[in-house]
Amino acid sequence: MYKYDEIDQQIVDERVAQYRDQTQRYLAGQLSEDEFRPLRLQNGLYIQRHAPMLRIAVPYGMLSSKQLRKLGDIAKRYDRGYGHFSTRQNLQLNWPKLEDTPDILAELSTVQMHAIQTSGNCIRNITTDQFAGIAPDEVIDPRAMAEVMRQWSTFHPEFALLPRKFKIAVSGTQQDRAIVQAHDIGMEFYRDTENKVAIKVWVGGGLGRTPILGSVIREHLEWQHALTYCEAIIRVYNLHGRRDNMYKARIKILVKALGIDEFRNQVEAEWLHLKDNPNTITEAELARVAKHFEAMPYESLPAHDASFDAAIASNPAFAAWAKRCLHAHKTPGYRAVTLSLKPHGKAPGDATSEQMQVVADLAEQYSFGELRVSHEQNLILADVKLSDAYAVWEKARASGLATPNIGLLTDIICCPGGDFCSLANAKSIPIAEAIQMQFDNLDYLHDIGDIELNISGCMNACGHHHVGHIGILGVDKDGSEWYQVTIGGKQGNDASIGTVIGPSFAADEMPGVIQRLIDVYIKERTDEERFIDTVRRIGITPFKAHVYADKAVKDNKPEVAHV
Amino acid sequence: MSNLILNNQIVEDEWTVVQLPKVEQEVRMQAGKVVMFKLTGENTVTAEQITNTQVPATGKVLIPLSVYVARKNEFTSRLANQEVGIWLATHEVIDSLAAVETDLNVFPLIAVYVERFADGRIFTIGNLLRTRFQFKNTMRAFGDVLRDQLFFLKRSGFNSYLIRADRSAEEALHSLKDFTQPYQGAVDNSQPVWRRVARSL
Ligand code: HEM
Ligand code: SF4
Repeated sequence: MYKYDEIDQQIVDERVAQYRDQTQRYLAGQLSEDEFRPLRLQNGLYIQRHAPMLRIAVPYGMLSSKQLRKLGDIAKRYDRGYGHFSTRQNLQLNWPKLEDTPDILAELSTVQMHAIQTSGNCIRNITTDQFAGIAPDEVIDPRAMAEVMRQWSTFHPEFALLPRKFKIAVSGTQQDRAIVQAHDIGMEFYRDTENKVAIKVWVGGGLGRTPILGSVIREHLEWQHALTYCEAIIRVYNLHGRRDNMYKARIKILVKALGIDEFRNQVEAEWLHLKDNPNTITEAELARVAKHFEAMPYESLPAHDASFDAAIASNPAFAAWAKRCLHAHKTPGYRAVTLSLKPHGKAPGDATSEQMQVVADLAEQYSFGELRVSHEQNLILADVKLSDAYAVWEKARASGLATPNIGLLTDIICCPGGDFCSLANAKSIPIAEAIQMQFDNLDYLHDIGDIELNISGCMNACGHHHVGHIGILGVDKDGSEWYQVTIGGKQGNDASIGTVIGPSFAADEMPGVIQRLIDVYIKERTDEERFIDTVRRIGITPFKAHVYADKAVKDNKPEVAHV
Repeated sequence: MSNLILNNQIVEDEWTVVQLPKVEQEVRMQAGKVVMFKLTGENTVTAEQITNTQVPATGKVLIPLSVYVARKNEFTSRLANQEVGIWLATHEVIDSLAAVETDLNVFPLIAVYVERFADGRIFTIGNLLRTRFQFKNTMRAFGDVLRDQLFFLKRSGFNSYLIRADRSAEEALHSLKDFTQPYQGAVDNSQPVWRRVARSL
């Protein structure tokens, strides 16, 4: 993975000094609340319901064992001994003290980490596929470009104070796993007809209040121009994006207002001036960065391992885990392993300091000292030998990291919701926990098969509920907490936004509602169909009919508009 | 004491900012090119305001962009004396000025007014003035200008900053040096770091 040179280190160190000074000025009353806000936000510090929240950047999801140990250590000393891995591949601490944050950042800088631009109206952490570099369907490893873009976007002077946050995702696989269409800019790397690396550029996607999938602004962009083309897009947005209403300030609203064709014309006109400027990426620079992402020193192994096959045959629990938590690898004899942060009945995405130490050890011992964070809020050991899988499983299981539910109903993506977040309409973690307990039967879960359930506590959609096969959204009705349900959302190449099935539900009804949706699916599915396929084939009506079968419509309060 | 920074030093301000007369109805500060007029459907400065703007008869004056564009001929001799500068707000577009004055370097000073700290349009405007319109003279930021913008303003081509009256310009000077070796190419140095220095692996 990428390692800092003196220049990277100096920038992070100077940032710590700058932020320490800003915090001191704030605490001394020389900066008002309003003036400090954009400064602290650009350093990942939110003020939420109970305490500040600090969001630490995990660039495109890559971590070393050393870094994870430091995170575990920081969570223990400055927080309550756990951290929350988010859908944007970052780590959030829920209880740090504001006065401590400069020290936390100083500690992070010793392991080449920071919280730069993890919130605020600027270019955020660039995200990608958690299997980058090892996925069999990968065409181009996007990590070197992601790192080049991380550096370019860090303190980009022109885009320091945008109308709203700006999220970029990159992907280089046949099957998109980075949700490029749900980002302000999505970049899909591919090989063109001349076998050169090119980019398909999407713009104006996003979830939040107004869920919109991105539009293609350019089918073919030579990789050298990635930065200048982004500059053109963001410049048009910076000048013309709305600043009068923060709910209409994302680039998607501008793209919609202008229409993609007019927006494209303006971007292309701007790009004529920017194209080939010195920010154009050179072969040499890309090669320098790419050196950090060269393939691991793999052993040459046979595709099968006898001890692994024997363990699968004799140990059903291991077999169940292997089925869900091992993933294909480019290199024969290796697998990627997902360590589930979704044990039933616990907040999805949370990891304790002890678990972080265990994972750091596992990575060190079995996976070249590196790991990844997925946007599904799990941790991944990318390079495990088949012959080591059993040992990894045993150790992970001892620490509650081996729930065999990856991609299953209880692998819930969930935002912090009303327990932590001051913007929430409703709690989300207790709903996730209740659903996990309702479906706490592994055989049944495996029978239900691949499905994605996403929960957000309000329309800001931090839990990506619009693209969940089942999406749950916390809504506020007369000051109490209700939940609206969508089905048919999907991420990936054939992404779609879910449809609301009807009036919302009280918290205690939710496990039952999910049960009924699953019942319809089990009844209607054909042999090979996943939940999402059945929904797409038969539509929402049968689901709706069953869920609301015994609910007289008059019982329900007026519906909250789906905004 | 003066709160004006020019080229890393605190200097006295020789310029008088000419204000447009206030209007009753609230104007939407969202105008830009076609785009924003389309979205908000209104212009920001009325013809009446332009006619009624009072310009002091002597000294160096910073004139609102819209007033200059409409009343350019009044200022010909003062312009030759280097007594006319232009100021614009972040929702205004430089193109309308460039349409009446092909070389913006006739102005010794162009100032950009930023109403709120969080309004980052000023950075793009600075960049365009320097790179697109080849403006080489003094470029000043004023309004809600605090030290934490300075590094970005400098990199976007500004070389003068009028720090908000309740803050110390002396202290603000420190922030011009927040970062030694920024990553990307920008106005003050068009070379990204990898073209500036040989980076090790
Ligand atoms: C608890 C503190 C949090 C606050 C105050 C917060 C606030 C917000 C707000 C206001 C938005 C909407 C912005 C917009 O649409 O313009 C948003 C979007 C988002 N948040 Fe959070 N969030 C928090 C935690 C999280 C966490 C823990 C995650 C990951 C699990 C997360 C992931 C996201 C994502 C992915 C979006 C983007 C949706 C989109 O594309 O529009 N947030 N957040
Ligand atoms: S979706 Fe809403 S409730 Fe959940 S974290 Fe985001 S802002 Fe908070």
